[in-house]
Parts: sequence; structure tokens; C-alpha cells
Amino acid sequence: MAERLSRKKIISPEKIFMGMTAIFSLSVLLISALVVYELFSASEPTFHKFGFKFLITKDWDPVQKVYGALPFIWGTFYTSFIALLIALPVSLGIAIFLSELAPAWLRSSVGFLIELLAAIPSLIFGLWGLFVLSPLLQQYIEPPLSNLSFLPFFTGYPLGLGFLNAGLLLAVMIIPTISSISRDVMYTVPANQREGGLALGMTRWEVVSKVVIPNSRSGILGAVVLGLGRALGETMAVTMVIGNTPQFSLSLLDPGYTISSAIANQFTEAFDKLQISALIELGLILFVISVIINAFAKLLMFRMNRFSGGARI
Amino acid sequence: MKNVLMIAAAAMLIAASVSTASAMTLNAAGATFPYPLYSKWFYSYAKQTGTRINYAAIGSGAGIQQIEARTIDFGCSDAPLPGGVQRKNNLFMFPTVGGAVAMAYNLPGVRTGLKLLPSTIADIYLGKVRKWNDPEITRLNPGVNFPNMPVIVVHRSDGSGTTNIFTWFLSDVSPAWRQRVGSGTSVNWPVGLGGKGNQGVAGTIQKTRGAFGYVELAYVLQSGMTYAALKNKSGNWVYPSLANAREAASHAKIPPDFYIKFTNSPGKNSYPIAGFTFMLVPKNLAPAKAAAVKSYVKWAYTNGDKDALSLDYVPLPARLKTRILNELDRQVK
Repeated sequence: MAERLSRKKIISPEKIFMGMTAIFSLSVLLISALVVYELFSASEPTFHKFGFKFLITKDWDPVQKVYGALPFIWGTFYTSFIALLIALPVSLGIAIFLSELAPAWLRSSVGFLIELLAAIPSLIFGLWGLFVLSPLLQQYIEPPLSNLSFLPFFTGYPLGLGFLNAGLLLAVMIIPTISSISRDVMYTVPANQREGGLALGMTRWEVVSKVVIPNSRSGILGAVVLGLGRALGETMAVTMVIGNTPQFSLSLLDPGYTISSAIANQFTEAFDKLQISALIELGLILFVISVIINAFAKLLMFRMNRFSGGARI
Repeated sequence: MKNVLMIAAAAMLIAASVSTASAMTLNAAGATFPYPLYSKWFYSYAKQTGTRINYAAIGSGAGIQQIEARTIDFGCSDAPLPGGVQRKNNLFMFPTVGGAVAMAYNLPGVRTGLKLLPSTIADIYLGKVRKWNDPEITRLNPGVNFPNMPVIVVHRSDGSGTTNIFTWFLSDVSPAWRQRVGSGTSVNWPVGLGGKGNQGVAGTIQKTRGAFGYVELAYVLQSGMTYAALKNKSGNWVYPSLANAREAASHAKIPPDFYIKFTNSPGKNSYPIAGFTFMLVPKNLAPAKAAAVKSYVKWAYTNGDKDALSLDYVPLPARLKTRILNELDRQVK
């Protein structure tokens, strides 16, 4: 009798568990809301002074107290775009090889090495870009490219540092992310679908392109978004090799600047209150960019799943 | 058992709160440039006196913010605060130690000792001189075989006291620079690549043919880079060295707010690109802490020169130290 009463008074463990997990997940929302609030309130001085012109102004002059975000936004997008352009085909190749073609013993060892690549600190990548990649680019790769200077992508003098170096470095950094997730997604394609394809007389290539890839499209897209997220926000490695010059240029050989490297470079020694505020507004812009890209990817995945009924992750 | 623990904890609390100047802890934060020397000074000072100083090398800007908010006992900044800002925040500012900035380059076949006029350096950083075989450079260096190669200008991408000293120098020697760019811990560079930190600039110069940039003297000496001799205000060719920077510092004009700048200093062997790093103490610091700060500064001025020189920092002239100690006594009660 006494035992029953006391048991009634205690809230059931199920409910405690539910409550706790609910609190944990709500804390994510709360933290994001606080981040947005802080970014907004701390960037008020620049927003007040420059308004939306901040987004399209090219000057960044802490002495004259004039700030514009355009070169940084451009650099962030351009380096990430170059990185994706290089990393996507390579990563898909890796994923297809590992899930469809490689013998089992190679599968696990190569997979392990790729995941190891993801664990290298970005500073190491940056130092490698500065000390190894940049002299190679300056002496052997960029001089022939600069002969193509009739194209806007190859104007300028070979410096070794700039968009090309940053893009290559970012590509190396996001390949592990994109390839290992894509491989995992391809593993989930049911074996009987592949067997069905083979039974119909498809070649290996046809199975990959008509069965495996269509089935894992939305998962691959998710992997690309994760990789893009890493590229957009990468700070240390890019800061070491981008050349840190706020300019708007299409040329791969030119130096540039990204949002996260501007913050990393200038925040600690920023004296002027307006400069601090401008840097925080850059942070806000980066936040908005990543929200938009994630929302866009969600929308795309939703539509894909609806129309093709593909595999989900 | 519990009681014993409680008593022990209480005893430790009391001990911590009644600690006298002999076992005091000071908290400080700011500049990164003097950090290697400061940490050595703090260590020796704690060993000799028992006063511990915790220092967070988080950057001058952050150090100034923290001392303005009074979350630390003193702050450190590589660039000086103007007298007005010192007064507004009730701070006493003074230099502790200095450094020199070398002009380093990477030109295959050209050794240390390229002769450069200060105005040529300004023209290079303004983008007016773009090639190594420009007459402005070749004229002063007969016998040197200059390649027909662009000058790849390198500067600091992070805000820094080194940049402040260098842009002071450029503003001193070039009216065009003063008008178009000005001086500060970060400026709007007309040309060039940005490297993060001294090691970023030094690495970029060492790995890029045709590169030219300003780097703290210590980095240049330790990494074996090639660097230029400059013509100083007295018309002599001088190398960046501690002796030449000390001579420049001895000719510094000293205003009452200790906003000291001695770029392009007169004097026979004065090296023209050098400057001090500064310490900021609240004038209304708690008496016990004020006494601790004063005795630390006095100790550092008396015993710190040897460490400073061995780490390639420039000690203050003796005359300046005396003056600072007097003012420190008078202004920080």
C-alpha cells in the first residue's frame, strides 16, 4: 500500500526523460535566437550609418571609417564555388568507387583514410597551402594559366596566393565530408534494386547512373550542403592563403578576402567601435547566407523526394 | 568528515581574501607583440616577489576594452591611446618596451643590404613603383642585377601595432601616403597581399619570389630573411638593429600623455621604423593593487633590460624610465 502511494507521487521516468530531451532540443532554438539577437544589436551602429549600402560598398577603410561588405561576400561565395566545382566530381568518383566498384579490403582502408583527412586541423591545411601549395602554384601552375589572360578568370600576375589557392585548399577540405556521406547514402540503396538492374542486362555504369545515383540524389545534395557550409565558414586555412585583399575580382590568380577571414584578422585589434560593429554585421551576413542555403537545400530535397520517391537520409 | 572539508574550504577562502602584497595576483590582458617578453618578466617577478601576474594575450583592442570596463587590473596596447581617451577613461598610459620593423624581401640573387629611400618604400606601397628594376630602386644599388619582376607588396592583414608603426613612418616620409591612406593598426592598403601575423607575412615573403614587406625585427633575424638598409633622417644608411632602434628611441620627443612616436627619428645611426608598446593603468586602482603594479613596473625597468635585449626588444632610455616612474607615482595613487 505504502509502496503504491509513493510510486504515484513520483513523476514517471518516461516523462522526466521526455522533459529533459525537450529542454535540450529547445536550448538549440534558444541559442540560435540569442545569436541572432546579439548579432543584430551589436551591428546596429553600422546599420544605422550605412544601411543596406553596406552590402554593395567596396571600400573598407578603418582610417576613414568607411566600411563595405561587398568584397568579403564575393570572396566567400567565389572561393566556396571554386571548391565545390573541384570537390563535387572528385567526391562522387570516390563515393561510387567505394560503394560500387572497390574490393572489400580496399573499401574500408580507403574509407578510413578519407575520414582521417577530415580530422586534420584547418591550420595545418593553411600552413600547407602557404608553404607548399603557393610556391608550386606561383612557379609552375599559374604562369601557364596567365597566358590565357584573354579570359577574365586568368588575368593578373601569378602570386601563388589568392582565389585559386583558397579554392583548391577548400576543395581538399570538403572532399572528405561530401565523399563519405555520399558513400554512406549509396550503401543504403537496396541490393535488390542493383540486382534488378543487372538482371535486366544493365552494365555497371548503367546501374550506377540509372539506379544508384537517382536513388541517392537527395542524400548527395545533403552532403553537398554540408560541404558548402564548411567551405563558407572556414577561417584559418583560407586566411593563410587568400591574400587578404578586399577587392572584387573574377580572376583566379587575384588575391581576395572572405567574411570569416576578415573577422579573424581584424576583430582582436579593432580599436574603432564602428569597425567592431562592421565586423559583427559581416558575421550576421554569413549567418543569413547559411540560413538561406540550408533552407534552399531543404526545399530542393523536399521536392526531389516528392517527385521521385528517392532514398532519404 | 564533511565539517573538516568545510573548515578547510573556509580557511582557504579567508587566506585568499587577506592575501597581502607579498602574495598578490594581478590580472592583465591585451597586446600580443610584447607577450614573449612579458611572460618571461612575469615569471621572474613572481619567483622573486611572490606577486603573480596573469596575462591574456588577446590583442590590443580587446585589452583596451577590458581595461575600460575595469575587468582587469591593467591593460596593454601596441598602439598608444591619445591623451583625450586616456583622460576620459581615467587611465595612465606609458611605454614599457619597444621594437623595430625591418623591410624584408625575396629576390633571387640579391642579398641583405639593398639600399632603399624611405620615399621609395612609400612609393612601392602606394603602387607607384611596381617593378624591381624601376630606376628609383636601381639608381641607389649599382652592381645589383635586378630582375624584371613585379614588386609583390606584402602587409599585415590583421590589425597590429607593427602596422601602426609602419604607417606612422610612411606618413612621416610621404605626404601622398598621409593624404591617401593615413596611419592606424589596420588601413586601406592601395596595393598588396595581406598575411596574418608576423609569421604570415614572413612566410608569404619567403615563399613568393619578388615579395617585399615589413616584418618585426625579431622574426627577420630568427628566420634568416634578407632585409634592406634605409636612409635615415640624418642621411646615413642604417640597418635595422637593436642598437640603431635604441638610438632612435633616445631622440624621441616625450609629451606629457606619453603618446610617444619616434619613427623617422633624428640621430646619426637612428633606424627610422621603430616604436614602443604601452601599458594602461587605471588611476583609481585599489591601493594595494596600485602599489603592486608600481613595484612591478619599477622592477621591470630596473631588471628587465637583459631579457628584453636577448629577445630582440628595445629597452626604454634611462631618462624616460625615471620620468615615467615619477609620473606613475604621482598619477596612480
